Amino acid sequence: MKKTTLTLAAAMAFMASGAMAQDVVRIGTEGAYPPWNFINDDNEIVGFEIDLGNEICERAGLTCEWVLNDWDTIIPNLVAGNYDVIMAGMSITEARAEVISFTENYLPSDPSAHMALAGTDESVIEDGVIAVQSNTVQAGIVADSDAAALEFPTPDETISAVRNGEADAVLADKNFLSAYVADSGGELVFIGEDFFPGEGTGAGIRQSDDELRETFTAIIMEMREDGSINALIDEWFGDEMSKF
Amino acid sequence: MFSFCTDPATLPQWQWFACYLTTGTHFAFYRSFFMVILLLAITAPVALGMGLLGAMAVRSRIWPVSWLGKGYVNIVRGVPDIVFFMFVPIALGQGIEWVFHQINCPDWDQPIRQGNDFIVCREARMPGPNAPAWVRSTYAFSMAVIAYALVFGAFAANTLYGAMQAVPRAQVETAEAYGMTRGQAFRRIIMPQMWIYALPGLSNIWQILIKATPLLFLLGIQDAVYWARELGGQKTSLYTYPHPDWRVWYFLVLLCFYLFLTWGSERVFARLNRRLSRGQATAAGERMRKAAA
Repeated sequence: MKKTTLTLAAAMAFMASGAMAQDVVRIGTEGAYPPWNFINDDNEIVGFEIDLGNEICERAGLTCEWVLNDWDTIIPNLVAGNYDVIMAGMSITEARAEVISFTENYLPSDPSAHMALAGTDESVIEDGVIAVQSNTVQAGIVADSDAAALEFPTPDETISAVRNGEADAVLADKNFLSAYVADSGGELVFIGEDFFPGEGTGAGIRQSDDELRETFTAIIMEMREDGSINALIDEWFGDEMSKF
Repeated sequence: MFSFCTDPATLPQWQWFACYLTTGTHFAFYRSFFMVILLLAITAPVALGMGLLGAMAVRSRIWPVSWLGKGYVNIVRGVPDIVFFMFVPIALGQGIEWVFHQINCPDWDQPIRQGNDFIVCREARMPGPNAPAWVRSTYAFSMAVIAYALVFGAFAANTLYGAMQAVPRAQVETAEAYGMTRGQAFRRIIMPQMWIYALPGLSNIWQILIKATPLLFLLGIQDAVYWARELGGQKTSLYTYPHPDWRVWYFLVLLCFYLFLTWGSERVFARLNRRLSRGQATAAGERMRKAAA
């Protein structure tokens, strides 16, 4: 914290000629998607994206603030100006890019997987009921397949649906599911092959906000080169996550 | 919170729960109950005020006022609550920003709507770009209060209008015979007496208002429902206090809270009813008069 303040003070001193008041950049996140972003037991927002976002802001000399928002309304509220950036494990897709713009990706395309109760036949992937979080890449994939999609507003509810038999399996980011598999003591397992949908995860920014997008992209590229994003991936995800 | 909470994984059960129930997120959960009560405490009088204005507007002899009142009551009552709760904060928020934009930035040459984006100049942003978190949450909360007051005000207006009509015509006639004007008769005769007729309807609206508070969650305010869902969901070992899906227990707490709230207010309304019936030309008032005699 102290370090942040000092760096900010230094950055501001350098920008003295600008003389323009520096506005707070507000970053919207879901806070329900560990380890990307979640609320810990002390009621603090933490996770990979929080560390990354804070580092980006520090390097850019910006003051940033985190805002929680439901996943379902996270894009409309960005567009309405309630916050300036989305960092919420959001895959870059064409459909989203029509509404908002994305920075270069800060996570490479990462694996998605199906998780089910142990003993579930793999064929449910083709013709079973698959739980997904609504408005996600995975929801789109299931909708396009022959399996029936069962959509939930929060990622947590998709897991419950599998446990209580409402759904045969859940399709989600593998690194979100892996903690549930590890904790279940064999009750929950991955079935089928991993696959890599999407073109990676990026920060969403209003289409009219070119300057902020360029600032974020420049620092993301810098952090991809110098290995600091990989270090954060190691810290929060471990080995299963794709790296740059 | 407690000194023994440093390593929760090794604790015996009761200590684990003592620590678990006093985490930062749990305190936020407990606070959210007070927020629900605060919302009710602010919204109810505001909605009642809106209702009174609405009912008086409907009764007005000036036709534009009467039309306005009727329009308000009928439009709001005819639209699903949820639609209104979603519409009002967005529309009002953008409306306020648009007005400030017109006042503060007359020289702005770019369009406010650029594609999907709603962009006003820096000075017109509400709350301001550097507003502290509490200002933002108060702003969001006020928007919620306005949305609730608008919706429930329309229902209250209809109830109060009915109550004003229910005051026995003989009372008003007597007032007129004494030479009171229409306004005087309204203030001195109708207003004091209408409450007993309005009370059953108002108590209905109050109960519905209590039950509508979980909609706060739709407005992005972290109310009791938000926290029950957040805390009750399964927590993996990424969290300090991992546990399976406990939503059923958290929702049970909510159920008890709301039941307690409605039960308590039912009792208050019963007392109020007894009090207001005294000396009224109603069946209940008549019974009280006979019992006293």
